[in-house]
Amino acid sequence: MSRVKLTFLQVMVAVVSLAIWHILTTYPVFGRMILPPFFFSNPVEVVKQIYVWFATGVIWKHLYVTLIEAMLAFAIGSVGGVLVGFWFARQPRTAAVFDPYVKMANALPRVVLAPIFTLWLGLGIWSKVALGVTLVFFIVFFNVYQGVKEVSPTVLANARMLGMSERQLMRHVYWPSALSWMFSSLHTSVGFAVVGAVVGEYLGAAAGLGYLIQQAEGVFDVAGVFAGMFVLAAFVIVIDTVVTIVEKRLLVWRPVVGEARP
Amino acid sequence: MTETAAAIAPARTNDAAVALDGVDVAFRLADGGVYRAVANATLKVADGEFVSIVGPTGCGKSTLLNIAAGLLAPAAGRVDIFGTTLATLNRQAGYLFQADALFPWKTALENVAIGMETAGTPQDEARARAGKWLTRVGLGSFGDRYPHMLSGGQRKRIGLAQVLIRDPKILLMDEPFGPLDAQTRQIMGNLLLDLWNADRKAVLFVTHDLEEAIALSDRVVIMSAGPAARIIGDWRVKLSRPRDIAEIKLDPAFHDLHREIWQMLKSEVIKGYAQAEAR
Repeated sequence: MSRVKLTFLQVMVAVVSLAIWHILTTYPVFGRMILPPFFFSNPVEVVKQIYVWFATGVIWKHLYVTLIEAMLAFAIGSVGGVLVGFWFARQPRTAAVFDPYVKMANALPRVVLAPIFTLWLGLGIWSKVALGVTLVFFIVFFNVYQGVKEVSPTVLANARMLGMSERQLMRHVYWPSALSWMFSSLHTSVGFAVVGAVVGEYLGAAAGLGYLIQQAEGVFDVAGVFAGMFVLAAFVIVIDTVVTIVEKRLLVWRPVVGEARP
Repeated sequence: MTETAAAIAPARTNDAAVALDGVDVAFRLADGGVYRAVANATLKVADGEFVSIVGPTGCGKSTLLNIAAGLLAPAAGRVDIFGTTLATLNRQAGYLFQADALFPWKTALENVAIGMETAGTPQDEARARAGKWLTRVGLGSFGDRYPHMLSGGQRKRIGLAQVLIRDPKILLMDEPFGPLDAQTRQIMGNLLLDLWNADRKAVLFVTHDLEEAIALSDRVVIMSAGPAARIIGDWRVKLSRPRDIAEIKLDPAFHDLHREIWQMLKSEVIKGYAQAEAR
């Protein structure tokens, strides 16, 4: 399939879905509205709402808050995950002692922590950051732990035969291996940082995309809810694109599946 | 510690480069039993000598190499390297592994330079030397490639440069050309002989290919099928050097020696397969 054709078909999916949505919410079929506008709004209303947000500039503040929360959650969660992951992988005894608690904490649906964080940290950004951190931490932690554990024994033996000290092994073998695992989970961890921020905002905040959606829902403004969803989706796609670019630069040494040898 | 010892010891001593004396290798099994891989192996590799170990699959050839490298401790017996009993990693040896052992996150040049950088050579100097080594193994223009961009044979060349740049006194090689195709093996064999001819290190070369062993070595050592594999034969290869691997295989003396050694090896290979199937 050519690129043009593919893009055309991809755009068609959106056009057809929006058309169906618009028709079913605007024109009655056999005297009945299949999708009542009260519950489903319609694309025109949603676009209007999005236009108003951007035209008045209200949306920027909310986007900014969500972005800051997600970035802080990602940064803090990653640093914590890398440190603890390294520590546990190099100290099997410590890892064994903490193992059941790590599993317990990871199995816990993190949403239930949101009220606690709100109580502790207030309605500002830090309660959302904390929620995001609990999500990001475990993804990074497990990947780094695995990365350090699963260094190829041959590569390790080779490194030792090449005269590497324990510190040099850290720097030249364990660290790159752990980082590669962490980077390969970058999409997931960044995604969860956003999830933490938005869910936290939804449950109680003064600004952010989650807050916007929650406010609209509170007054049965379905167009507002949909508008918030679409803005959020676009926001996540932009972030994901940035992550893809970063990933390509960082993992340049990795083979791409199906890549032919030059 | 090692540096002082090296400074005191004369460059060439009468001590063998590698001397295995009554070495036993045993592994603890999951069910609590003990698997005796190698029994009572005694082997001397003189300085500057190229020795191959040939044996059926799974006989413990690689294990013996790991013992000489100090990656594995013998259950009994001792290992002397230039007259000094080996207690830790063998710092005088370079090891070329069978499996891919390059650092996938480093370029070819970085891979070759790393062995010097870890020893404290400044990065610029190490990289300059690494560039020269890449040229010597015929990959001068491949310095910025990552291992996954190179073919199996090219990766082996990088591996060879990575080991040789440190100028080890002993070279341990574990079926290094095993995964390569026949033509590439021949080219790699000649490359190895050329590089070895330059300064004649002691080499312990493990292979299951008898032809390769005879073509490369001064001595061929045969191991029996495991478990409790023993060294059962030791032949001197009296073919002149320098050699070309492809040409030397046409030499009648090569054929005579091959036939003689194969008589012994054949029964061990059959035994080895039978045991592998029974397992």
